[in-house]
Amino acid sequence: MRLYEHEAKQVLARHRVALPQRTVATTADEAASAAAEIGGRVIIKSQVLTGGRMKAGGVRFAESADEAREAAEAILGLEINGQQPMGVLVEQASPVAQEYYAAVTWDASAKRPVVIFSDMGGIDIEEVAEQHPEHLSRTHISNLRPFSDFEAKLAVSKVGVTGGGLGRLSRIVAALTRVFLEYDLTLAEINPIGRLEDGSFLALDSHMDMEEEARGAHAALLRDLGVADEDTRQARPPTEFEIAGAQVDAADTRGVAGRVVEFDGDLGLIIGAGGGSLTLFDAVRSAGGRPANYCEIGGNPSVAKAAGLAKLVMSKPGVEKIAVMMNVVSNTRVDIMARGVIKGVIEAGYDPAEAITIFRIPGSWEEEGVKILDRYGVEWVDRSVSMHEAAQRAVAKMQEA
Amino acid sequence: MAMFIRVDIDESVQQDADLRGRLAEVCPVDIFTIEGEGDSARVETVEANLDECTLCDLCIDVAGDAVQVVKLYEA
Repeated sequence: MRLYEHEAKQVLARHRVALPQRTVATTADEAASAAAEIGGRVIIKSQVLTGGRMKAGGVRFAESADEAREAAEAILGLEINGQQPMGVLVEQASPVAQEYYAAVTWDASAKRPVVIFSDMGGIDIEEVAEQHPEHLSRTHISNLRPFSDFEAKLAVSKVGVTGGGLGRLSRIVAALTRVFLEYDLTLAEINPIGRLEDGSFLALDSHMDMEEEARGAHAALLRDLGVADEDTRQARPPTEFEIAGAQVDAADTRGVAGRVVEFDGDLGLIIGAGGGSLTLFDAVRSAGGRPANYCEIGGNPSVAKAAGLAKLVMSKPGVEKIAVMMNVVSNTRVDIMARGVIKGVIEAGYDPAEAITIFRIPGSWEEEGVKILDRYGVEWVDRSVSMHEAAQRAVAKMQEA
Repeated sequence: MAMFIRVDIDESVQQDADLRGRLAEVCPVDIFTIEGEGDSARVETVEANLDECTLCDLCIDVAGDAVQVVKLYEA
């Protein structure tokens, strides 16, 4: 779940990161009052859970309260990437001498958090990594050892920052890293950190994403920030397909057939088990396939639930085939899954033998499941075929068709 | 309509009120239900739940040969 910029800044303030004077306004008049109170030049920023605000016209400067009112009025009515702003952040505009970038995120390959720092902030960090790699450092930190401020200093010094700036920037990066670790974030970013003409540093913009499953653990923080339980805080509103997927999951307490995310491909996916969903989704993409959806199925869902998900996926326009693939299952039963997906496919009006490109769910009750698959002519493979190979076969069938 | 499992209940079960009740109670996926009351009470199967059968055999443990779980996909 994503936090708004003003919320991310509240979190930073708790960790004593210096920030510009600022106020959240939900009307143009409030923005004008805030600008008058702050005084001087202010920046008015749309509060949306998406990037590209500057390009879309969601960030404007104002020299007076009247200009702030005008800018806020325009921004409050401006939809950015399909999102209406919840308000605007009115912030003191700071005369910046240099901009820096700092972020902490997970490195999935290294399976550890990584601190990313650059002395070229304010622009796309991907562009810096590609064109100016010497201006970007990556410093992995431990999952086990307590974080040390020295590691933040290392990250900053790697790009050549020395002197007083090194100490001040290290404190900001250390605070950002502690925020990342303390609140189970998947991304904590300050871009840019501005060095002002007087040599002080301010966090000028911030972006934070919290692990969805961590919401309960950080209920107190979210309550303080004013995040309601029903507020999903996703980067975009759920599609009808995704809402229908959530309804399938909610209709039956047995097992899980959830986290349905819609994509624009043509191969429907019924995937899951022990991290299998992400692995299999990536495997399909690596093989050149175009997934129509992502989902996570497991925990021995009922036949009705598996059928509901399969029927939903097969009912998506442009989808005529699905791949049913899971990691080796223990508590999820292969026969129940086989019954469910076959039932769903038939109810959607398709022949399982044609529509199911591959069925790869090895594990408990596999023998019974195979009887069902054979009865309906569905191609299945056992655990001797890897998840990647199964995905390749599914994609090959799509390409043949 | 059930696609995978059919459950046949012998008529003798309908004469035994205790057995009817235990069948309805024992099934983890509610395949059996009691319809009617008193002398007209009967145990029937719930069509929508038939394919949810987990082949646990609890109904067979209770009723013996008087209940048959037929796997339609083996036919």
